[in-house]
Amino acid sequence: MTRSTFRKRLGRVGVYIIWIVATILVLLPIYWMFVVSARSRVELFDAPTFIQTTFFAENYIKPLSNPTFQRYLTNSLIVASCNALLVTFLAVLATYALSRWRLKGDQSIFFWTISNRMAPPAAFMLPLFLLFTRVLKIGTFSLFDTQIGLILLYCIFNLPFAIWLLKGIMDGIPVELDEAALVDGASLTTVLTKIIVPLAAPGIAITAVLSWVFAWNEYLFAATLTSVNARTVTTGLAEFVTVTGTNWGQMAAISMISLLPALLFLALVQKYIVVGLTFGAVKG
Amino acid sequence: MRSSRTGWGLLVPTLIILFITGVLPFLYVIYIGFFDWNIFSAKVGMVFAGVNNYRRLVFDADFLSALGRTVSFAFWAVSIEFVLGYILARTLVKDFRGKTFFRTIHALPLMVAPIAVGATWRLLTIPGFGPVPYFLSKWFGIDYNIGRYADHAILTVVLMDIWHWTPFVTLVLLAGLTSMPAEPFEQALVDGANRWQMFRYITIPMMMPIILTTFFIRMMDALRVVDEIWMLTGGGPGTATRTVGIHIWRVVFPKTDYGYGSAMSLLVLYFTLVLSWLVYTVMTSRSQEVSQ
Repeated sequence: MTRSTFRKRLGRVGVYIIWIVATILVLLPIYWMFVVSARSRVELFDAPTFIQTTFFAENYIKPLSNPTFQRYLTNSLIVASCNALLVTFLAVLATYALSRWRLKGDQSIFFWTISNRMAPPAAFMLPLFLLFTRVLKIGTFSLFDTQIGLILLYCIFNLPFAIWLLKGIMDGIPVELDEAALVDGASLTTVLTKIIVPLAAPGIAITAVLSWVFAWNEYLFAATLTSVNARTVTTGLAEFVTVTGTNWGQMAAISMISLLPALLFLALVQKYIVVGLTFGAVKG
Repeated sequence: MRSSRTGWGLLVPTLIILFITGVLPFLYVIYIGFFDWNIFSAKVGMVFAGVNNYRRLVFDADFLSALGRTVSFAFWAVSIEFVLGYILARTLVKDFRGKTFFRTIHALPLMVAPIAVGATWRLLTIPGFGPVPYFLSKWFGIDYNIGRYADHAILTVVLMDIWHWTPFVTLVLLAGLTSMPAEPFEQALVDGANRWQMFRYITIPMMMPIILTTFFIRMMDALRVVDEIWMLTGGGPGTATRTVGIHIWRVVFPKTDYGYGSAMSLLVLYFTLVLSWLVYTVMTSRSQEVSQ
């Protein structure tokens, strides 16, 4: 064996070692959480092992049959789904406009839209709390502690992301297609539903799924802007530790439930996560 | 046919929603920052205070130390993430069997809710049944306790951030590495450059815009970090891991000191804006280079 092929093989083995170690390190904390969620309190306080043969289903059944947690779960599902739908719908309209019209100042509008993604929740929650509880009020109805409040609010980070992702896709659809249809007298609605949406369908699906996951994962806004009625799964998870104290098995089970969507959609959207998180500064 | 009125019509709903959720709170926080407004104070309602809140802020040791803590946390975490992320991205440039599988698993932490990240790490490190303290004490005799020792808590928070965000750095740097042209490297090889020289004089300068953009984005993220640290340590022990976000949320907010909290929020916002302006500058200068 010559020296260079030896080095090449060593390099290949090295790459595998690096990636096997990295994969174990990524999965270990999540695997441990699963192990905790499958153990009863008695098993938990034995010496820790990573091997699990039994499954203590009560950790899952108890919270899932608890009306409070059921409400949290329903809220999370409603808020994430409505927000994903709203964001995708608005982003399709907005990106179609940005891609086909030469509007005055559309470049700055585009950048301004994207920059909303950077709004830090820690700095925004206080003014938002005050606006929701005191200012944006119609009679006795305020946005505080409502699902509508959260659905609107999550647009601040999801809409910029959706607009970035769909802008590239809209620009990729040939203008001639909708131009021709418009010349033939088709209405704007027809053009959008019959030409644009079918052609952009994969991109629209990815936008919707990722927006859904980001909304499902959100915690800080949900924690400050809801109190009883509109609490979500993530806030329920945090309450579990501070209030109920130490039922670690159930907490781990709720965590597993909360990261189920991430596990399900991972393979589908992993290529686009980077685009989402860099608000398009880097193309994934 | 393409009347600008229709175009604006399509755009307006988006603009209205972003105005309500983005611009309105921003203007409101500037406004309240000039007032004394505390539900629990003797003075009822808002009392104009000029720049008093900001004057107070400059001498607020709690806030300033939280800010310093956050910046140093961000600096260490992000630096280590860059080293690890670069090594991992480098190995992904060439194809090998199972690459897609490894890369997909690697992206998993990015999809997990930050609050659940905090929960996992709490389960790993909790004294009593967490495997980390158990094995550290069994094998190395180290008394590891993040609830008691400040340095253990800080170290764990940094490690957690590395676990959560290294994949992001890896994937972004990979995108940069794969979009680099091959010619400069071939030329350098002909000229007899060694690996280090190629890295130092070709890779780094060409990757600089992406490195800077990623660095600023990570710093922005770190400035806003709340959920996972709150879940893991609750900001403790003492104030050891209390970041700016946790400080505003758990210390200033419950005191209902709204005017002062607004001033503080605005300062955090200011830092974020400076960072995003830097990102914008780097991005636009890069696209100019490309177009030239």
